[in-house]
Amino acid sequence: MNQFTISGSPHVHGEESVSKIMYTVVLALLPAVLVSAYFFGLDAIRVLLIAVISCMFFEWVIQKYIIKGPITITDGSAVVAGMLLAFNVPSNLPWWILVIGALATIGIAKMSFGGLGRNPFNPALVGRVFMLISFPVQMTSWPIAKPLFAEGLTDAITGPTALGLLKEGIGAGKTIDQIISDPAMPNYLDQLTGNMGGSLGEMSAIALILGGLFMIWRKVINWQVPFSIIFTVFVFAGIFHLIDPTMYIEPAFHLFTGGLMLGAIFMATDMVTSPMTISGKWVFGVGIGLITIIIRFWGAYPEGVSFAILIMNAFVPLINNSFKPKRFGVKAVSK
Amino acid sequence: MMKSLKTFKIGGVHPEENKRSANTPIQILPFPKQAIIPLGQNLGAPSKPLVKRGDEVKTGQLIAGGESFIAANLHSPFTGKVSKIDNFLDSSGYRRPAIVIDVEEVDIWEDGIDTSDTIKREITADRKTIIDTIKSCGIVGLGGATFPTHVKLMVPDGKKAEYLIINGVECEPYLTSDHRLMLEKGEELLIGIQILMKALDVEKAIVGIENNKRDAINHLTELAAGFERIHIQPLKVKYPQGGEKQLIKATVNREVPSGKLPIEVGCVVSNVGTAFAVYEAVQKNKPLIERIVTVTGKAVKKPSNFKVRVGTPVQQLIDAAEGLPENTGKIINGGPMMGKAIMSTEVPVVKGTSGILLMKQEESRRKTALNCIRCSKCTSVCPMGLEPYLLLKLMKLERYEDGMKERIMDCIECGSCQFTCPSNLPLLDYLKLGKQRGGQIIRSRK
Amino acid sequence: MNEVILYTLLTLGLLGTVAAVILYFVAQKFKVIENPKIDLVDDVLPKANCGGCGFPGCRAFAEALVKSANENHSLDGLNCPVGGNDVMKSAAAILGLEVEEQEPLIAVVRCSGSKTNSPAKINYDGPSTCAFAHNLYAGEGGCPHSCLGLGDCVVSCDFDAIHISLETGLPEVNEKCVACGACVKACPRSIIELRPKGKKDRRIFVSCINQEKGGVAKKNCEVACIGCSKCFKVCPFDAITMDNNLAYIDPIKCKLCRKCVEVCPTNAIHEINFPPRKIKPEATEETTKTMAVSHQEPNENKA
Repeated sequence: MNQFTISGSPHVHGEESVSKIMYTVVLALLPAVLVSAYFFGLDAIRVLLIAVISCMFFEWVIQKYIIKGPITITDGSAVVAGMLLAFNVPSNLPWWILVIGALATIGIAKMSFGGLGRNPFNPALVGRVFMLISFPVQMTSWPIAKPLFAEGLTDAITGPTALGLLKEGIGAGKTIDQIISDPAMPNYLDQLTGNMGGSLGEMSAIALILGGLFMIWRKVINWQVPFSIIFTVFVFAGIFHLIDPTMYIEPAFHLFTGGLMLGAIFMATDMVTSPMTISGKWVFGVGIGLITIIIRFWGAYPEGVSFAILIMNAFVPLINNSFKPKRFGVKAVSK
Repeated sequence: MMKSLKTFKIGGVHPEENKRSANTPIQILPFPKQAIIPLGQNLGAPSKPLVKRGDEVKTGQLIAGGESFIAANLHSPFTGKVSKIDNFLDSSGYRRPAIVIDVEEVDIWEDGIDTSDTIKREITADRKTIIDTIKSCGIVGLGGATFPTHVKLMVPDGKKAEYLIINGVECEPYLTSDHRLMLEKGEELLIGIQILMKALDVEKAIVGIENNKRDAINHLTELAAGFERIHIQPLKVKYPQGGEKQLIKATVNREVPSGKLPIEVGCVVSNVGTAFAVYEAVQKNKPLIERIVTVTGKAVKKPSNFKVRVGTPVQQLIDAAEGLPENTGKIINGGPMMGKAIMSTEVPVVKGTSGILLMKQEESRRKTALNCIRCSKCTSVCPMGLEPYLLLKLMKLERYEDGMKERIMDCIECGSCQFTCPSNLPLLDYLKLGKQRGGQIIRSRK
Repeated sequence: MNEVILYTLLTLGLLGTVAAVILYFVAQKFKVIENPKIDLVDDVLPKANCGGCGFPGCRAFAEALVKSANENHSLDGLNCPVGGNDVMKSAAAILGLEVEEQEPLIAVVRCSGSKTNSPAKINYDGPSTCAFAHNLYAGEGGCPHSCLGLGDCVVSCDFDAIHISLETGLPEVNEKCVACGACVKACPRSIIELRPKGKKDRRIFVSCINQEKGGVAKKNCEVACIGCSKCFKVCPFDAITMDNNLAYIDPIKCKLCRKCVEVCPTNAIHEINFPPRKIKPEATEETTKTMAVSHQEPNENKA
């Protein structure tokens, strides 16, 4: 009878799908979206919308007119790329720079390699770095967090981020104690809740961690990568702080400032660009942590997470080749 | 005291259990008018026919013999006349040699077979007689692999069997034939296990049963109290626990080395159906001519477990379960994870048929395959520690030797990878192709 | 200013000389002594690197030709299907040998189990590769020797010579075919065969490889060879052999008389590139069906 189908086993499928994974990430980002809306107001929403819509638009245009293949903008990956791109930029970024960044994210970092699953580098980070290098001034003037309904300030005021203050201070020869006592420097509570200057995503570590735990529970990301990054940063920074407390700030500072939480939880865990095995993921995380701290301490930029992740993305094929899973029935840890 | 639930460590998935026929007792299926008995019903060489066209045969009579080392005897499941010996359709649409018998309504059993229902507890046969009887009665592994049991029992020199592990796991969704067998023929099963223990000269037998069959666990634990050295081990529900390597790891925590057989770690694994068939062979001199088959599916009106004689066309089982549902899209011989989709319902039940699964039209088509998103879920669920995404890529590029270096030959074809893949990639399809080519390469090297 | 130019010229000149001398000695030390004829032969080869000659690439074939010329003083058994007789003649000339003209070959697909001739009994759902489908099942039409239509042959062709027809679901070979043999190897059922192109590009072949009994084969496909042997009996040149319910036409003995095509009851035998016959008054639907399948050259005179 013509109605029957024949195919190879298995004949059933689990619940997993690409859309489900992507939209779970979107959900996990919502607490951080709410926090950034609280601190940056409508600007945050504007930036998010422009980034997401541009990413989806560019993906649609490229798939329809250039590749002439199936249109997959509803699978959620463009939405996630757009949201993460928005989280990496200041809320007062001109819209046209953001659109160029979206083109770099989708066109250069994702589509030119073959679409979802084929890109070696994290698309949102490529977009961010592209904008940072092309428009350094606009990309580094950070609005100070202005909580909704706060009195007094009517216009957005820009200023350096916490890390920026630190780098400047060290460069000027100040000691750590002097830098911390600067009134512009946020204290720990401010850092955790997000009451400081920075990009949309650098704000509340708590919101990001909540999102991260949600994703770990839904098995969309693994805990090894974020944990290894945070742990490495803490230990490495801690060692140097113990060696010379006047030159190196407390390690907890490094955890809650800059894009470390955002990078560790949302960017480094991007499935396409991270290693495939658990042992590989540990190596990946440790590498990111080390490079971040190296850039922060001795590099020209105050913030190092983006570059660290991109550098380790380049090593992922090598990591995949060298770190294989535990094989059943094979004694030593070998291929 | 709650027994701790053991399981295997690496990988595994949790498909929906759908054990719709778990509470349906075994029914005896009426005889067909004509039976088709394929000559190749076991792993290894097909058997050679010992009867010819026109011969009258009795139930249980030897009709085909296995000549090479890995081969099994075939016996007539019915009384009747041999109508022809010719090529017949198998489940894949290829034609294979088979013996066709026109069936008489009443059984006339071959001499020497005890057809009574009384349970014979005392095992009088010695080790050699047991193995010879198992061989002459054509017993093969009823778990699906259909490996001739007597070959498994002949432990090679230099190796010793320490454990006999009985597979009552039935990890495939939908299938319940082993479950019902454990509930309804528990005592015979345990006697069969004792016979196997004697044949292997082992100290201890462990029966692994998944925790979704608590009634069977309780029933057998109660009965096993009256038998020496048989331990009933409940196991956590996880697919593919029924795979022999995974079962050995779960029950006795030993890993069978890559490329080797379970006897390498002192274990022999056998299915509960096989153990029951061994009981019937050694205690009643009854050859393997029937087995329990589950007929099930979401749309099936009466999911059932039937005691079926080998050679019965599948159509008959479907009719007995109140017919083919309207919107059936796929008919599967076996379970949904490892079973084979069949081309027509005229094919017969063979020794390895554990179930017939009827899938609805909506469930029968695969979703569109997308790009691999490198989520590594396939790697984390593979029970053998392989990397299916990498093997897929290598197989598409026809790099078969590289695939063998990445241990594609270790694959047990459980389907966990394809089940999990969010991009709906045909992982297992290419793995099977790679294993077939790998096998050809290995054979060509010899 | 002049000093700068002078010193620059001297320095660069000295560096260049030193580098040249070093390179000269290195080139001498690591020189690979090769028969210069290999280069000459390699130059006349088509450089398709298709493997049709049986060697890994044109360079390897050139080496094999020179070796055979030196050891056996002949080029027997060596042929470049892509370059054909022209290339073989040039290569032979370089090596000072003669070579026999080979009959040009072409790939022939010996199955006509299209969607109309062999209607689908079941739907296939799986990866688009014949290798996998062959292991899985017999075929949508039910014949276990049928073409699966998933295109492993198309993928293997380096010359854009074979494509799956959307109408019939079967592969069709066009004039770009150089008979390299890649599609023959790719087909898991050995349906494709390399046969001589024939005089005036005409050829006759049995478009079926099914060795099942006639009744069984016909149940699955309208145009299967049923092994009735009518063609075998009518062939005046003894070109047809029957083996296991299947007819086979020997292309060397066949003289293209077409008697077998006329008598075949299922139209399993195909004639390619012949002019249309004069349609007899009692022409049946079957004869016109055969005509429709083969390529027609209406201006050619009847052979």
